[in-house]
Amino acid sequence: MGTSTESLVSARGLAKRFGDFDAVRGIDLDVRPGEAFGFLGPNGAGKSSTMRMIACVSPRTGGELTVLGMDPSRDGPAIRGRLGVVPQQDNLDTELTVRENLHVYGRYFGLSKAHVRAKATELIEFAQLADRSDAEVETLSGGMKRRLTIARSLINDPELLLLDEPTTGLDPQARHLLWDRLFRLKQQGVTLIVTTHYMDEAEQLCDRLVVMDAGRIVAEGSPAELIAQHSTREVLELRFAAGTQDEQAVEGLAERVEVLPDRLLLYTTDGEASLAAVHRRGLTPVSSLVRRSTLEDVFLRLTGRTLVD
Amino acid sequence: MPTAITTPRAIRLVVEGQWTWYRRSWRASVVSSVLQPVLYLLALGIGVGTQIRPGGATGDLPYLQYLAPALVVASAVQTAAFESTFPVLSAFKWQRTYHGIAATPVSATQVALGQLAWVALRISVSAAAFLVVAGLLGALTSIGAVLSLVVATLTAVAFAAPVIAYSATIETEGQQFSVIFRFIVMPMTMFSGTFFPVEQLPEWVRPLVWLTPLWHGTELSRAVAFSTWEALGALGHLAFLLAMLAVGTHLAVRNFNRRLAI
Ligand SMILES: Nc1ncnc2c1ncn2[C@@H]1O[C@H](COP(=O)(O)OP(=O)(O)OP(=O)(O)O)[C@@H](O)[C@H]1O
Ligand SMILES: [Mg+2]
Repeated sequence: MGTSTESLVSARGLAKRFGDFDAVRGIDLDVRPGEAFGFLGPNGAGKSSTMRMIACVSPRTGGELTVLGMDPSRDGPAIRGRLGVVPQQDNLDTELTVRENLHVYGRYFGLSKAHVRAKATELIEFAQLADRSDAEVETLSGGMKRRLTIARSLINDPELLLLDEPTTGLDPQARHLLWDRLFRLKQQGVTLIVTTHYMDEAEQLCDRLVVMDAGRIVAEGSPAELIAQHSTREVLELRFAAGTQDEQAVEGLAERVEVLPDRLLLYTTDGEASLAAVHRRGLTPVSSLVRRSTLEDVFLRLTGRTLVD
Repeated sequence: MPTAITTPRAIRLVVEGQWTWYRRSWRASVVSSVLQPVLYLLALGIGVGTQIRPGGATGDLPYLQYLAPALVVASAVQTAAFESTFPVLSAFKWQRTYHGIAATPVSATQVALGQLAWVALRISVSAAAFLVVAGLLGALTSIGAVLSLVVATLTAVAFAAPVIAYSATIETEGQQFSVIFRFIVMPMTMFSGTFFPVEQLPEWVRPLVWLTPLWHGTELSRAVAFSTWEALGALGHLAFLLAMLAVGTHLAVRNFNRRLAI
């Protein structure tokens, strides 16, 4: 565990209270330089609230927080100058063009016009918006706006990039492209903090992640560690004809059974063996599937909910 | 390496951002902020005005010349009202552009000050354009009208500051603004001495008029344009406008922080 001086972000008992509602209830975090760190959690878990505190736009209401070795409550502007932020909700100026958005935003970081101009051209390529660079943002599709927001967050060559659900609204191709770009940024030494509802995204991108639920961190580790700790090696998925699903019938065949509306998930070390046992009991599922455990299973176990709800 | 940004610099950057937009859409706003007051000047100053004999009420001036230095203030206040309502609400709620800026080294306080500076700039440009036209129409009596430009700008920002502060608190779609326009801006424009002396109003209304920034701005603007000012009165008007600007700015800064830093 790194100490707070060598962490880019370090939190101890970090809390956020809105009125008399506790959105973040005392969390500890250490994000190390160069790593990609993820937040998973159901809606309302407190991911965005935490991201906004790290971004130095939302003052914490309890605990300790340092970002880039500084205190957000004192050095907010200096820290923000070295961060890139992709907020959950886009806040582009829709009456300006793609290029103007990048220009204007870059200037707020104190960058020269010449620098911003060159950087904007580069980022327009990055976001694959070259053919729309002089179009008003109003006229872009949702996914294009998202790509522009992501491009904009890089205008100041940030050391730490905060991405709050970056790929929500992107088509699969754009998502894979973004993962590739983020991976390259990471190789250049940029530290990433990502929230996501997509398990494949978390697995692809994150070296380490935490699962939040109701303002608390309920698990922490690498994707592989989390799976090893909180799930079995394999999962047997069983679908039954409508109305005939009965979890009692599979009792004792797996370490744990998760009941979803449309199927049963049997957590087991050997899925094929469990399936054979299911058949021996005379059960006849419409379909069955043996697969490895994923983060989705960890998530389900820890929060009682599926990732995308 | 980018670091914190000084407040004057931050204000300039916020103004620059607004300017980037204005540069492309100024034509639309010229109609409301320059053409409209010019039409008023023509209709009232030259049209109606020919029927009004110069006398004590008009400072012995033709109505056109009596009207011009006051009209520039009234129309600046009107433009200020528009610039301080929907654009501010939109930047908080619809476009969320203020939230975007607050994630950069520019702070919520600086965003508020920058917005106010933008309104000041925007108004002074419109007012200058109006004064040039008024001059060409022979509506200006002396070079003192240049000072009217300063007065008009000051009056307009003094009014804009509390309106911006109010706009920063609005969570709805902005229906409240029509109340501001109908029950504050409209009556203030009609009865603050722009078109006729306040002395014509019933005695009980006058204290209300003295509370409007437009009355102070109008008095001050005529005084500097006609060189009829005396120190104490002028200082009083100036003090009122500056106090309103100070209080309004304070409230705007507070409300921007409340809305952006939560
Ligand atoms: N400005 C606010 N005022 C009051 N409550 C708030 C505010 N912002 C967030 N909350 C509450 O705090 C809780 C956590 O919200 P947050 O946005 O951090 O969740 P999240 O994990 O990002 O969820 P999602 O996956 O839906 O984005 C929610 O219950 C939310 O209603
Ligand atoms: Mg969120």
